[in-house]
Formats: sequence, structure tokens, C-alpha cells
Amino acid sequence: MGNWVINHWFSALFLAVWLGLNAFLFVDTFLKYEKADKYYYTREILGLSLACARASAICLNFNSMLILLPVCRNLLSFLRGTCSFCSRTLRKQLDHNLTFHKLVAYMICLHTAIHIIAHLFNFHRYSRSRQATDGSLASILSSLSHHEKEGGSWLNPFQSPNMTVEYVTFTSIAGLTGVIMTIALILMVTSATKFIRRSYFEVFWYTHHLFIFYIVGLGIHGIGGIVRGQTEESMNDNHPLNCSESFEKWDDHDFHCRHPQFEGNPPESWKWILAPVILYIFERILRFYRSQQKVVITKVVMHPSKVLELQMNKRGFSMEVGQYIFVNCPSISLLEWHPFTLTSAPEEDFFSIHIRGAGDWTENLIRAFEQQHSSFPRIEVDGPFGTVSEDVFQYEVAMLVGAGIGVTPYASILKSIWYKFQRADHNLKTQKAGHATLNFDKATDIVTGLKQKTSFGRPMWTNEFSAIATSHPKSVVGVFLCGPRTLAKSLRKCCHQYSSLDPRKVQFYFNKENF
Amino acid sequence: MGQIEWAMWANEQALASGLILITGGIVATAGQFTQWYFGAYSMYPGVFVCLLEYPRGKRAKGSTMERCGQKYMTAVVKLFGPLTRNYYIRAILHLMLSVPAGFLLATILGTACLAIASGIYLLAAVRGEQWTPIEPKPKERPQVGGTIKQPPSDPPPRPPAEARKKRSEEEAAGEGASPGGPQTNPMEVTDEVV
Repeated sequence: MGNWVINHWFSALFLAVWLGLNAFLFVDTFLKYEKADKYYYTREILGLSLACARASAICLNFNSMLILLPVCRNLLSFLRGTCSFCSRTLRKQLDHNLTFHKLVAYMICLHTAIHIIAHLFNFHRYSRSRQATDGSLASILSSLSHHEKEGGSWLNPFQSPNMTVEYVTFTSIAGLTGVIMTIALILMVTSATKFIRRSYFEVFWYTHHLFIFYIVGLGIHGIGGIVRGQTEESMNDNHPLNCSESFEKWDDHDFHCRHPQFEGNPPESWKWILAPVILYIFERILRFYRSQQKVVITKVVMHPSKVLELQMNKRGFSMEVGQYIFVNCPSISLLEWHPFTLTSAPEEDFFSIHIRGAGDWTENLIRAFEQQHSSFPRIEVDGPFGTVSEDVFQYEVAMLVGAGIGVTPYASILKSIWYKFQRADHNLKTQKAGHATLNFDKATDIVTGLKQKTSFGRPMWTNEFSAIATSHPKSVVGVFLCGPRTLAKSLRKCCHQYSSLDPRKVQFYFNKENF
Repeated sequence: MGQIEWAMWANEQALASGLILITGGIVATAGQFTQWYFGAYSMYPGVFVCLLEYPRGKRAKGSTMERCGQKYMTAVVKLFGPLTRNYYIRAILHLMLSVPAGFLLATILGTACLAIASGIYLLAAVRGEQWTPIEPKPKERPQVGGTIKQPPSDPPPRPPAEARKKRSEEEAAGEGASPGGPQTNPMEVTDEVV
């Protein structure tokens, strides 16, 4: 538990603040629309659903503002770089950007549901009051015509009793953009489930660009001013607390209460999303600019088990261990960028990636490089991104576990440890690094070429952990995993089991990398 | 886009549409909206679509992640044979189910989403995809230590295939094998036998 708190206190705090802000905005807006006199007459028709719709709308604005920020990876790298004095824990938060992006997306989905349901009730109630002939306050308010000489002092968007809710939805800007945005959101979510993302990345990548419809729709959603409140001057003539009871007498010229006048709220969503949109546009321009810089391929190695190694050079490229890059190959696909961990060490004079054929794009790439007679296709690179895995170097004993292609981060780390050792780098605390690679193809050699111990078959973790605990009784051991969740569970359990209760004796700390 | 199995995405989309239809139907019925009976109707296709789409089909290539507890519905869906296997039938079925819900605002979103799912299924059908049930695998007891066999005789690091072939020829000619491989590390690396 203590281990969890130390590793995760910042995430927990960040999420608490985010949830708190959501709750605050929701409740504050809800109370405003539920209590304010300005909306008294609106509430007369709509009831509670007005406040629900508005409260969820403000949360939608807030989260739509937030959702673009975690995917501005160049901006995040910049923040990480400038924040080098910040503790590693803080900087590591920036690695969880995609998790936060998903959480914000879920919140948007939740509030979209609340917003739509509330507006369904709103439209139903508006329609009903427009059709009502019982002379109630609601029906009088609804019949405030759209053609009065004051112009636009209407309350009910249903101009005639014959209009159906479907008609008003599809002929008003708010309704139409709402439907478009929601469909775009649903398509984005269904194509972004983990299964689809992992199996058919292109479906996810292209469909997710529907966010453009969402953002543009959000910007113009409120233009129609369909949310109406009483104007200031009208409140002088007809304050709801004084005049609402005597609504039958409003037609009387001598009566002190006049007909109320209403105005629509101006659109405010654009104020929330303008800055992130500008940042995101800037981010895309920056990605494009970086991608245009020339990448020279210095070596191509075809490994067995359909793994392609590319060694490259790019001017001004500098990396650290554990980082990753995004790669684009215009001849295969103009728009797709795929992430790969860097497998070279920073001390080497090139940077490399290992690509496993696991889908359309990767297999096409491997095929393109296999044809040795033609020149290599052009490669564009963006990056590097990600927090440096310098944690590994801070442990006296490091245990690195990689499954399948998940060994790639450790290739970089191991090579770097080797170079640091060779150059007698005093910052390197690591004295012993053990590497377990779980390989499905037993005949293949793996990434580095370092002479290292390899066992075949699934390790018995209990044996491994107890052996390390006995041979390093006073050390702090960092356990690093890049692999599936089930493996993470067993390793975490072993870490707890074999960490001594005495803090001076052997302690195992578990760290998980995932992409 | 050659290897994309559109049916997998259509499945996610249809499942979501089913849920949206159910929600829209409940809201319309509870709020007693005008023509709320369309809403009451759309709960049924919503539930039906959810049940039909819950068991994920098997991917043509690679392993498929099952949804939690889907094996019960897999058995039921399997019973209908070609009716559920064929994606043309699913596309038409979803399109037909979605139409009545389109008459009510509360459920029109479900209509749109289900119609889109129907379109994606049509695309999948045109490309020859089929729904194949995921059969339960016989549960193998994980044998602790059972996967550790004798290590191969020529573990890495080892020289590339040509050098190995030459080496084995030399061995056959009676020369002794050189220990390890030609990989020499500039620095002393000690192996700790664990």
C-alpha cells in the first residue's frame, strides 16, 4: 500500500482535482439555473431538465477543453524538458497522458448522455406547452410570438403548435450540430476500444479524426441562442416574483406587469475550446515540420520471426533510454503514424527501432524493405517522446522482464548500462542487471547480441525472486516489466511477497511500462 | 486496409447502438413523450441486438479477446447457423430493426448508429467475412516448470547460419567445437548462474 502511495500520489491528487472541478462546475451551474430569477419563466415550462442540461453542458465544455491537451505530445515533451527540475514522479505523470485522455473521453460520454436526455425532456416540454390551450402560465409564455415588434423576445423555440420535436431538432443549429457531434463521438468511441485499437489500428486512427466534426460542431452549437432567460430591463417591468402569479392580467395595458422579454444566451463553448484547438493546430504543424526533416537509414537488418531492425540518423536527434518515436512511411500510407520504442542506446551514433509484423502497415513496411533491389522507402520520424527510464539506473539491482516485442525498451537500457559501465559512468548505481526475455520462437536470437544468460521456457518467478532475495539481502531491487497484464499481476505479487518487512533488508519495487 | 475485419468494428458499433436504443426507449417511455410507443418498441430490438452482438466472433487472424461470459450467448447464436453466420443477413436485419425507432427523437440516435453498424456489416459481408464462434479451449493445467525443457545445444549468442553450417561441417570432420561463439565482449561479462 505504501508502495502504491509513493508511486501514485500525484496521479491520485490530479484525478481528485479534476473530479472536484467537474463536480463544482456541475453543481454551481445547476444551482444557477435552478435558482436564478432570470430563468424563472424558463423553468416554468422546462422544470428541472433545464438545470440538468446546462450543468452537463458546462462539464462538456470543460472536458472538451481538456481532451485535446494530453494528445499534444510535442507540447508535453517541451513541458517535460523545461521541468527538468521537477521530480521524476511529476514528469512521469506526463506519460499517463493517454490514460487521462481516455478518462476525459468517458466523462464526455457520460455528460453527453445526461445532456441529451435532459434536452429530450426540454423539447418534449416545450412542445407540450406550445400545444397547450389551458391558459396556463406555460402556455402563455410559449405563445410569446417570434414576430413581436421587439423581435426575438420569444421563449419557446417551437414557433407553432404543429412543429414536431424532430422538426425543430433538425432545423435548428443546436439540434443538428448536436446530432452530428454525438454520432461522431459514438463512432470515435466504438473504434477506439482496446480490441479494435490493438487489432486494427488503422480503423481507430482514421475514425478518430472525426473529432474535427466534434470540435467544429461544439463551436457553433450555441449560436442559435436557444437557451433563453429574461432580459435585465424586462425584469424591471415584470419581475417573476411579483408578476408570475398574475399572468392572466399581463395583457391589460394598465397592469403594472408587462409581457416578459427574453434573450438567448450567447454561445460560450468556443471560449473554452479556442486555446486547446490553437495549441493542437500548432502541434500538428510542428509534427509535420519535424517529419519533413531528413531521416537517413544507415542499416537494415531482417531478423527471424518477421522482425525488422532499422538503424537511422537524423540531424539534431537526441534520445534517452526508454523513449519512443512515431514513424511514418509515406509510400505505404500518407497519414498513419505508428509508435515504436527505441532499441538503441543514447551512446550509440545512430538510433534504431525493431518492428514486428503485426498488421497491415507493419507488414507492408517489412515487405518494402525486403525488396533489396529498389531503394529504400522514405521514412519520417517524430520524437522522441516519453519519460526517460532513468529509474532503472537508480536501482542497485534491476530485474527487467520483457515479453515478446516488449523486450525492446530493455534492449536500449541494457546497451546503455553496458556503455556506462565501459565508460565508468559514476551516475550508474546499477551493479547487476538480469534480463528475462520471454520469447515465443525458441530458435531466434533476440535484440542485443550481448552475451547474457538465457533460459528457455516460462520462468518460475518464485524461484527467481527468492534467489535474488538471498543473493542481494540488503539491496533495493527494481523490477521492470514490459508485457501483458497477467504477468504484471504475478510479478507484483512476488514483489510484495519477497520484500522484507525490515526496510533495511531486500525490497522489491515494481514498475510497469506499457504503450 | 487489406487485413481489417470490418465485422469486428461493426460488432462494437451494433452493441453500442443496442444500448442507445434501450436507453432512448426507457427515456421516452418514462417521460411519456409524444408517440412514446415507438420508444417502448425500440427497447425490444435494443435488447435483441445486444444479445446477438454480445458474443464476439472469432478473428480470421490472430487471437480474439472474448467478452466476459460470452460463451453462453455463443452457444445460442451458434444454433441459428447460417442466419447468424452470414453478415448480409445481419446487415439487413439491423437496418430493418432500426427503421421504426427513427420516428421518435429519443431513439433516432439509436437508429442512426444501428444503420451505420448495418452499413459496416454490409461492407464486411461484401469482403466475404463470416461470424465464427469462439470455441472454448480445453483447460490445460499450467504445469509449473513443465515448459522448461533441456536447453538447446547451441544457445545464443551464436554466429550466423552460414558460419554455423561451416562449423558443424568442421565438427563432423573431427575438430573440436569452439566454446560459445565468436562474439567477444570488449569487457569482461560474468554470468551468474541462478
